Amino acid sequence: MLIIVGTVPDPAVPVLDAPALLANGALSVGGRALPPDRGTPALLAAAASACAFLGTEPPHAMLVGDEGLGRGSRELYRHLTEVLPSRACSTLAFHYLQPDVDWHNKVLMAAQAMAGPPALVADAGFMYAAKMSGFAGEYALFTPDAGELAFLADETAPHPFYTRGFILQDENRAPELIERAYSHENAAACLLVKGGTDRIADRTGVLAEITGPSVEAMEAMGGTGDTVTGMACALMEYGLPTPKAAQVAAQANRYAGEAARPTPASQIGELVPHIPDALRRAMEELP
Amino acid sequence: MALADLFRKKGSGPRPKSRADRGLLVFEHTSEVIRAEKLLKESGREIRVMGPPPEIQKGCDLVVEFPLMEKLDILRTLAEAGTVPLETVPVTGPLLAPVDLYQVKDFGDYLMVRAANMKLTVEKSTRTIVNVSGGGCPDVPYIAARLIGLTLDEAPAPREIGHTLCGYALELAHAEMLRLCSS
Repeated sequence: MLIIVGTVPDPAVPVLDAPALLANGALSVGGRALPPDRGTPALLAAAASACAFLGTEPPHAMLVGDEGLGRGSRELYRHLTEVLPSRACSTLAFHYLQPDVDWHNKVLMAAQAMAGPPALVADAGFMYAAKMSGFAGEYALFTPDAGELAFLADETAPHPFYTRGFILQDENRAPELIERAYSHENAAACLLVKGGTDRIADRTGVLAEITGPSVEAMEAMGGTGDTVTGMACALMEYGLPTPKAAQVAAQANRYAGEAARPTPASQIGELVPHIPDALRRAMEELP
Repeated sequence: MALADLFRKKGSGPRPKSRADRGLLVFEHTSEVIRAEKLLKESGREIRVMGPPPEIQKGCDLVVEFPLMEKLDILRTLAEAGTVPLETVPVTGPLLAPVDLYQVKDFGDYLMVRAANMKLTVEKSTRTIVNVSGGGCPDVPYIAARLIGLTLDEAPAPREIGHTLCGYALELAHAEMLRLCSS
């Protein structure tokens, strides 16, 4: 089972712990409709679409409403520490959550008490907390963009907002920043660095680069990183090794973007319907 | 290696309490520290008053430690009460300055500004905000939903509706976009 943990931007949403269902482009969790237009719902929609294509069971969602005050996140953290040790899953992904190091450590211990334990994926706010905790190496995959890679590479930064100026968000310096992140133990076993060139890396360096097709408008679109992460999680759950899952996801995201023919004003929901064909093409082409 | 094993290797005592996600509010006078402490505790926030590290002894000899991720919300609470700190700094790097580099990309009909991990894109001809991208704190999707589709003149500033450091970074991108679009 693939479990995806995150937030939705509505403080009235209680903790949801149910399968994520995608039908005719509409996403729902526990009977509640969640527009897959950005954030964790976008990741869930991509993962659900990929799971349907791959023939695996739909992702299971653990969500809560949080508009940024952290109350919902803390409620969900508490729920996770209570329920995870008695659950089983093979891939567990954390996404938009209020970064909180103490709660991160409690949740990580609960996750590692699960049967298996599962491969851990972190993106967005939970990746920030994972880096700050000093336990980044416990994760199978981080999926940073260029700014977040600079944050991982800056051993002193508590958040991308405080990344020091000399560690520039320059994509050409990505291999150097990847090495720096690993040297300070601030990276997961595998990194998928999203950008103009997507890079798959581990402690030994860059393993693969994906450069095309180049769809420039996707840089402005909110949620394109979320769809990559969602597909990577589904492919890991399908059984691909993490670096290969990341590579196929990055390639498929570009194919889906190309098919959607977006402008910088396009919304991520326009890309999701193209995921099955994009995944098929990426899986056929890549070794 | 499992996390539990790591902790065991480090000793059998309690788990280490990391303060990497904490920040410090620096005030000019002790009376402001006391007022801020009261305000923030009354609003249910986890804060504490302590002595400042030597690097930032700019104001009085007390500072308020607070959850750094909630910076934008806490600064707004203090500003509304007229208790504005001299500065806010991360506990683990009190000399760290906020990002001051902007990256601007011109798509022709659209203009994108990036500050730290946040991106804001506007349609030039209408000044309509068409996309918000990046970030990891949970107010980002909330702010995005409030801003997208409104013009720069109609939309609230991220500082008015955001709560976190990502919201703060988006505020910088928004301010830079306003500057670029008015020049």
